[in-house]
Amino acid sequence: MTFLDLTLAVLVVSSFLCLYRIAKGPTAPDRTVAIDILGTLLVGFCCVFAILHKQDWFMNIAIVWAMMSFIGTIALAKYLQGRFYDE
Amino acid sequence: MSELLAYIVITVGLAFDVFGTVGLVRLPDIYNRVQAATKCVTLGTCFILLGVAIYAFGHGLGAMCVKALLCAAFVLLTSPVGAHAVARGAHVSGVQLWEGSVMDKYKDDFGQPEKELDDHER
Repeated sequence: MTFLDLTLAVLVVSSFLCLYRIAKGPTAPDRTVAIDILGTLLVGFCCVFAILHKQDWFMNIAIVWAMMSFIGTIALAKYLQGRFYDE
Repeated sequence: MSELLAYIVITVGLAFDVFGTVGLVRLPDIYNRVQAATKCVTLGTCFILLGVAIYAFGHGLGAMCVKALLCAAFVLLTSPVGAHAVARGAHVSGVQLWEGSVMDKYKDDFGQPEKELDDHER
């Protein structure tokens, strides 16, 4: 087991802690924050995966995932304030 | 040499990530969770991306290095903005503070949350 495999294992454990909060979290904002954090963790996961396999295109997935996660978080925050997405 | 440096930086980032998610699980209410998780995980992921950039630079993968730095800048800009929006949305939608909280500046400026929701309405 190399160092990068261990890195991926630790990131998976952190992701499961986020999934616990998504499953249990008593309010909707708890789940929203946990989804946001899960997306940020997966960006790091994709980048470590890229250097583990020396494949360039995993970085593209990471960049697009960061953008989509941001848009989703902003949309959910607008929904929590009871406003529509173009206000 | 660059590999060792990259591994050290990635380890620092991993420590921040793990402590941030432990804070997400352990802290008592949404406002504490949002500040612990967002700050720690943003910095941790930026450290991981910086380590990836150092590793790629040392192995002659130039495009990967530039993409990692771009991704780090993007995460550093957008993650706090999203967390701030979610925290404000939580306050507006009526999520109460933990009973041990000592200060609510947002309520002083903009008033009480409009309604107190039941558990099944949240």
